[in-house]
Amino acid sequence: MLVLTRKIKEAIMIGDDIEISITAIEGDQVKLAISAPKHIDIHRKEIYLAIQQENKEAASGLANLDNLFKPKSDK
Amino acid sequence: MNIQSKYHGEIEIQQEDVITFPKGIPAFENENEFTVLPLQEGTPFSILQSVHSTNLAFIIGEVFSIFPDYDIELSQNAIETLELDDAKNAVVYCIMTVKEPFIESTANLKAPIIINSIKKIGKQVVLNQSNYETKHRLEKSPAFTQEG
Repeated sequence: MLVLTRKIKEAIMIGDDIEISITAIEGDQVKLAISAPKHIDIHRKEIYLAIQQENKEAASGLANLDNLFKPKSDK
Repeated sequence: MNIQSKYHGEIEIQQEDVITFPKGIPAFENENEFTVLPLQEGTPFSILQSVHSTNLAFIIGEVFSIFPDYDIELSQNAIETLELDDAKNAVVYCIMTVKEPFIESTANLKAPIIINSIKKIGKQVVLNQSNYETKHRLEKSPAFTQEG
């Protein structure tokens, strides 16, 4: 993995058309400005992982749907 | 063409029923073709079935029928991927994580499935700027609170 050190207002380029610059540093928070082509999706990683996880869970679904909309039976 | 569906066995669909997801959906990035199958009449729910993987099927809900206050703004990126030139061609679903009893199911409002109904292109759009949750409880829906 490539590790670069950057100061505030400095930037890196990824390929020809993705630029990430450091716009603010406050304590343990870094604010990034990302400029990329519109077809590139940009996500906070933890949110993307949460969506993946939710999709996996949703895909496991139920074995069958027959009882899904039936009223509760009295037991 | 005939496909094997998870919940309804072999069914016949038409080419125009196939919705292309250019990038798949998160966790299923290689699944590029889905079709929407009816689940049960009189409910806002359908099935999003992979055309190629029998076992991959999601229960999806028409978001605005279930959560009438739902409000989203699509990024330019999403609009271009979906080739949407008119908002009225967008159909918005949420993926349901189904539980028993059904009222305990949750809806992923953070990442709705948007389908361009004219061009048959779909994308799961992650709403980075919204406070919606991946597990929004169905029982918060005004359409369901009266039940059970």
